[in-house]
Amino acid sequence: MVDVHLRGITKRFGRTVAVDGIDLDVNDGEFIVLLGPSGCGKTTTLRIIAGLEKPDRGRVFFGNKDVTYLPPRERYVSMVFQSYAVWPHMTVFDNIAFPLKIKGLPKDEIVCKVKWAAELLQIGDLLNRYPHQLSGGQRQRVAVARAIVVEPNVLLMDEPLSNLDALLRVRMRSELKKLQRKIKVTTIYVTHDQVEAMTMGDRIAVMNAGKIMQVGTPEEIYNKPQNIFVAGFVGTPQMNFFDATISISPKEVALDAGDFKISLEPRFTELLKGFEGKSVTVGIRPEHIHPSKYVALSEGRYSLVKGTVDFVEALGSDTIVHVNVGSRILVMKLSGSHHFKLGSDIEIALDLDKLHIFRKDSGKAII
Amino acid sequence: MSKPNKLILERYVPYILIAPALAYLLFFIGYPLAQAIVLAFIKEGGFTLENINYLLYSPSSKFFEALYFTLLLALVVIPIQVAIALGLATLLNIKFRGRNAALYIIILPLTISDVAAGLIWYTLLSPNGFFNKLLMNLGVISEPIYFFGYQYRHMEFLAIVLTEIWRATAIVFVILFAGLQLVSGELIEAAEVFGANAWQRLKYIIFPLLKPSLQAALIIRTLFAFQVFGVVWTLAGRDIPVLAGEAYYEQVELRHTGVAAIYALVIAAMSVALGYLYIKMFRAKYLEAGT
Amino acid sequence: MMGVGLSMEARPSPVKYLLLRVLIYALVSIAVLWVLTPFAISIMYAFVDPKQYYSKSVIIPALYTLDHVRKLLALGAYSAIINSVIVAVLTIVFSFALGLPAGYAFARYTFRGKDSLKLLIISLRMFPIIVIAVPLVTLYIRIGLSDSPLGVALAHTAMALPFVVLITSSIFAGIPKDLEEAGLIFGLSRAGVFLRITMPLALPGLAAAAIFTFIMSWNEVFIASVLTLTNRTLPAFILTSAMAATDFIKFAASFIMVLPAMIFVFIARKYLITMWGITLR
Repeated sequence: MVDVHLRGITKRFGRTVAVDGIDLDVNDGEFIVLLGPSGCGKTTTLRIIAGLEKPDRGRVFFGNKDVTYLPPRERYVSMVFQSYAVWPHMTVFDNIAFPLKIKGLPKDEIVCKVKWAAELLQIGDLLNRYPHQLSGGQRQRVAVARAIVVEPNVLLMDEPLSNLDALLRVRMRSELKKLQRKIKVTTIYVTHDQVEAMTMGDRIAVMNAGKIMQVGTPEEIYNKPQNIFVAGFVGTPQMNFFDATISISPKEVALDAGDFKISLEPRFTELLKGFEGKSVTVGIRPEHIHPSKYVALSEGRYSLVKGTVDFVEALGSDTIVHVNVGSRILVMKLSGSHHFKLGSDIEIALDLDKLHIFRKDSGKAII
Repeated sequence: MSKPNKLILERYVPYILIAPALAYLLFFIGYPLAQAIVLAFIKEGGFTLENINYLLYSPSSKFFEALYFTLLLALVVIPIQVAIALGLATLLNIKFRGRNAALYIIILPLTISDVAAGLIWYTLLSPNGFFNKLLMNLGVISEPIYFFGYQYRHMEFLAIVLTEIWRATAIVFVILFAGLQLVSGELIEAAEVFGANAWQRLKYIIFPLLKPSLQAALIIRTLFAFQVFGVVWTLAGRDIPVLAGEAYYEQVELRHTGVAAIYALVIAAMSVALGYLYIKMFRAKYLEAGT
Repeated sequence: MMGVGLSMEARPSPVKYLLLRVLIYALVSIAVLWVLTPFAISIMYAFVDPKQYYSKSVIIPALYTLDHVRKLLALGAYSAIINSVIVAVLTIVFSFALGLPAGYAFARYTFRGKDSLKLLIISLRMFPIIVIAVPLVTLYIRIGLSDSPLGVALAHTAMALPFVVLITSSIFAGIPKDLEEAGLIFGLSRAGVFLRITMPLALPGLAAAAIFTFIMSWNEVFIASVLTLTNRTLPAFILTSAMAATDFIKFAASFIMVLPAMIFVFIARKYLITMWGITLR
């Protein structure tokens, strides 16, 4: 059980830079998720932590120990592969027992531990079967059991749920999280699915193009995105983005989006100083836009915008409304079932407390 | 701290693994080739054209006949084999009951030596053989057809052609069949949906997609044809000279090592030329196919 | 998928469909008979009673004898068979010892020059190997390997090596890489992974490749004939001695040459088509 530190990890494959100078600290016993689109370098980072790849630059530390060039078996990590990598020529029991056998543990201890791991994963009655006799979900459990049986320093998981069907995936999400809490092993989990990341991670490291965009708790990632990439990657439907020009006057601070104008309180002047006259990207999540009828306008700070209903998605639990405001579409999300007539006029209220503003050059958040 | 030495050495592991095999091959092919040139052109320390002269001008040398028959055999046999193999491959591509059994049977000739093939057809075509007996008992002929013996040279050629077709069609078949498997069923079905009938599907979809396999099959079959030996020797001896047969004869019977070496070099040169042509024309596709 | 002519959707009228089926089965039967009949006839004739053979009215003999095979074995075929087995086994040992590591390297590593090296091996595969026989005679005389099974085995190894490299490369590549990586994670060294994960999974394919190599060596006639005099392999022996003998000896000869190949092929039949397709491509 250790904490993991990455310092300046860089890895190239030919001309492509897969991982570009990554620093990361993972706490002992923490469940951290590397989240990002495919090709962002998350799997490569995981494999570097595992020892399956060696970085071109940088160091990996387990605790105080520099493990950068150690082979995997000297790091005492465990890994659950995306394809499970359960050996077809061994029984389930032998698969799970393998790490223990290599360590040279006595036979009865092996049997004991294998049974423990199998029970935890509810595959205790499958121990004598061969992988080809199991379903995908069962094979996945074998892979997880094998990974935890040896009580590793670090548990690594590479998109372990992506090959399961939707229902099973949801079930395994909670099972894995509960399992991790129970055995308290430092876990690094790679996925491109933001729902997985948000529900399972103690903290999330969002990655893009080989760099870490932000590290934080799910709540921080969601409510305080530090750049436009993180803001746009997490959250469904995606956050609304539109360009606006900032104008600062003694009376008000305004965001001029062309089709409409948003007035901000003077207290924002400090933060937005220096962007006078400049163009910025404004972001607001669909659930922070409401039909003005439904909102107690006096009890908060809202900006009203007029538009027409362009498209409605009725999901049952939520209703998503695409509102046409001049040259743009703003997406609004309401809970419950609501009826809107296509093409009808509608006035929407933007919650100014939940507004995000990003610089146009770097994508970094100003607010 | 730079990378540990072990890591740097790891880069050379693949080369170390491949080196022995490569060295062995280069020696066992490079050295004989060089030695062949020496045997052909060097005698007692000096350059000599003695062997070449024997080859080209001596009345007991059958070089030009051998060249002629080797090429003639290839020219006659290969097109027939390609046609039959193509038909068989498309036929066997259809899934019918017993297809797998038929498949294994059709490739059976691949597993036997060419000498064995020659002997097998000898049992069929000899004067008391199956073929003659059958025809005589059916009343089609009254005297056995003679396939062997110098005075029946043209019949010997026919026997060789028959045997070669029986023996080596499977080589072409296997390549075409494998290639056909790679042609996605969906591509053919799409053509069907858009109105193409069986012949049109064959012509516009299957045949073009099969071309790489066809080219590979042709080249490989031709390369083998340059080396034809066992079948000819068992059925016709020297009545039908071929390059490999003459090489064997000169070396083993006459001990004309230099002459035999030249035959070997001729075969090698023809093969290398053909191979070079092939690689030059189709190299990119070859690597794409991902051997 | 239903190949060229047939599809469940555009099924022609029942009569036409039936006719098509009949045609297919007819053609296939002709092909199968065309291949099998010579085998059947030659096997029969290997044991045919001489009187029946020469009798003009008997097409398919009913009387059989083991005489021909016995005579052939006594003539020297028995020791020739032993020689062939020795040569073939040595060939397998040498070619796998050299070729297996190279195959693994091609399958698992990326390195500079990989494509060119692979192309080189493929070209060597297409090289007419019989060409090395004549020069090797002189070399073998000098180093004392002439007329020996070892000498033939070394030449056969050169013949089989490109095939072994390519086929083992394909076999190893077919084993999912993450099975090996899991081995690394869970405690094995690279060598350990190769022995305990890769090899067990590769074994069936490797066994079939070994069988194919055996057959290649067993059937090879030119090199063996040139390189040996008294210690002949079976094909060489038959080429020289049996050719001058009676018809019956020839028939018996074809039988004993063909038998092992047919047995082995039956055992390894599943792998053969894929393997031949790969190697001959």
